[in-house]
Amino acid sequence: MTIFLQLVVTGVVVGMVYALAALGFVLIYKASRVINFAQGYFLALGAFGALAIAQLTHLPFILAVIVSIAGGALLGLLVERLLLRPMIGEPVIGVIMVTIGLAAVLRGGILLAWGAGNFGFPQLLPEAPLALGPLIVSPVHLGALGISLAFLAVFAFFFRNTTLGVAMRAVADDQQAAQSLGVSVRRIYAASWAIAAGVAAVAGVVVGSLNGLNASALSFIGLKVFPAVILGGLDSVPGAVIGGVTIGVLENLAGGYLDPLVGGGTKEVAPFVALVLVLMLRPYGLFGTVEIERV
Amino acid sequence: MRGFIFSDCGDFKIRYEQEAAIFPNDVGRLALGVFLIAWFLAVPMLAGPYLLALANLTGIAVIGATGLNLLTGYTGQITIGHGAFMGVGAYAAAVLAARAHLPFLIVIPLAGLAAAGVGAFFGIPSLRLKGLYLAIATLAAQFILEYVFLHWDWLTRGTSGFPVPTARVGRWAVTGERPFFWVIGAGVVLITWLQLNLVRTRVGRAFVAIRDNDRAAASIGIPLFGYKLLAFFLSAFMVGVAGALYAYYIGVVAPGRFSLELSIDYLAMGIVGGLGTVLGPVYGAVVITVLPEILRSLSQTLSGVFPNITTALNALRDVVFGIVIIAFLIFEPEGLADRWRVLRAYFKQWPFAY
Repeated sequence: MTIFLQLVVTGVVVGMVYALAALGFVLIYKASRVINFAQGYFLALGAFGALAIAQLTHLPFILAVIVSIAGGALLGLLVERLLLRPMIGEPVIGVIMVTIGLAAVLRGGILLAWGAGNFGFPQLLPEAPLALGPLIVSPVHLGALGISLAFLAVFAFFFRNTTLGVAMRAVADDQQAAQSLGVSVRRIYAASWAIAAGVAAVAGVVVGSLNGLNASALSFIGLKVFPAVILGGLDSVPGAVIGGVTIGVLENLAGGYLDPLVGGGTKEVAPFVALVLVLMLRPYGLFGTVEIERV
Repeated sequence: MRGFIFSDCGDFKIRYEQEAAIFPNDVGRLALGVFLIAWFLAVPMLAGPYLLALANLTGIAVIGATGLNLLTGYTGQITIGHGAFMGVGAYAAAVLAARAHLPFLIVIPLAGLAAAGVGAFFGIPSLRLKGLYLAIATLAAQFILEYVFLHWDWLTRGTSGFPVPTARVGRWAVTGERPFFWVIGAGVVLITWLQLNLVRTRVGRAFVAIRDNDRAAASIGIPLFGYKLLAFFLSAFMVGVAGALYAYYIGVVAPGRFSLELSIDYLAMGIVGGLGTVLGPVYGAVVITVLPEILRSLSQTLSGVFPNITTALNALRDVVFGIVIIAFLIFEPEGLADRWRVLRAYFKQWPFAY
């Protein structure tokens, strides 16, 4: 039982990271119907960027993180302006491939700048584990959980109470209607990319402080986002959170219980098996909008 | 015996068969004949092993990219799982050849069928999904199959790799670059010919109708699900054949090769060459296969100036690869095949273009 709880707790923490990454992903999809295959590299770039800024400028680490998040948002803006804007109206395959191409460029760039090695990440919290009853939780995990929850709360507030947030929901709901009410769809697209890349940078920093930095491990989270968002529904923000946490718990349970039986690797594949099952049973996920086609 | 017909100075087609003909006049037919003879006789004699190896890898890529093109280019179903389907073909070839001791010419189509079966299975979600959702479903197929390659030890031998026996056609042992050049070349010609004729038939037109507007296609009586599954089946068959050839050619099948990167490479070949054209995959496969080699030789010549450049080669390849894809999507979304068509149309009436 303790093992089960321990796996669930770790899964929730990892799942919150997925939720953060998924949030940016859903934001982009909601606003512009673009699936971003480069999300994982936004994560990696945010984490590596924070490390590099801290090392080069000797700023306090927390400031470096903030600068890196801002840099991530700027990168998101640039990507939207330079790569996605020309693709408006192009077929789906083109839009997908442009983000795949972007992912390749970012991967190459990260490898050129930092190589494929592992990097330690400065710890903001004490490393000694805490005992919560029978469970052992490290402060880093709690910190990650706290940051993720805080960001999700900020987003809930943002979408409900700010002009930009409401405008974004309007564009997601009906682009033409939003436009006719004076919402600039271009600005919404740009904002969604900036926010998504910024949030990805946060997620990258959280992962970095959990597991240390490794380019391929960080970018793989960008692919784990797919099961999370499909489970939650591609265009649902609460769905992204619930899907992310569910996938995190699921993969930890699979890793804990199935790995000894089949010899490893289930942690990586279990989310994708779940993804296929969800697609077959309920393609629009738990909270996604069901698209009804009328001829 | 009729005389040769060369380029008409105008459009004189009076029957549908003329419109549907592969070669509108004898120039193309003669050029193709000359090219094929030169390709199969002169190139193996003149080219060294390095160039032949490059040609062989390109040939395998052409077959795979043709498969992807049938599914994504003609039927409009996006797939990010073709690398794994190729892996299924490669493993099927290895198992059939090493365990069942079947001869080369039987293994190749059987391996294609195995991949086709798996491909059709993962095509089932296309009943309800399209566009982005289907792309994600095939992405899942990629990861699940990769997991199977790596962990189903008794069938695939996991990380240690599966050795493939020498290919034999009758008594002729296909080993070395030159025999493989002929075998793979024959495969390329056969698959391209199949594709060329498939897309002109009832089935091919149904595929194109589904791509252009699936609801309209359904309303004129095309059974969507059956044709989508057929497209997955045929496409995975071709890529499975490519995988089987690759298995024989390399000699050892290991799981790392059939990764997401390979699937993306195939998609990139489609984009660069031009989706929905028969010759597009050929151009795309050539560009995507030769590009890293050009980078490698460039980095070797530049290694005097930048001593670290060879170690950064993989990263550099990623960057260039990404830039090529993005540049094609933004500046030349129809691919090289379209550029070639435009060029030909221009020179047809040169210098009297109006």
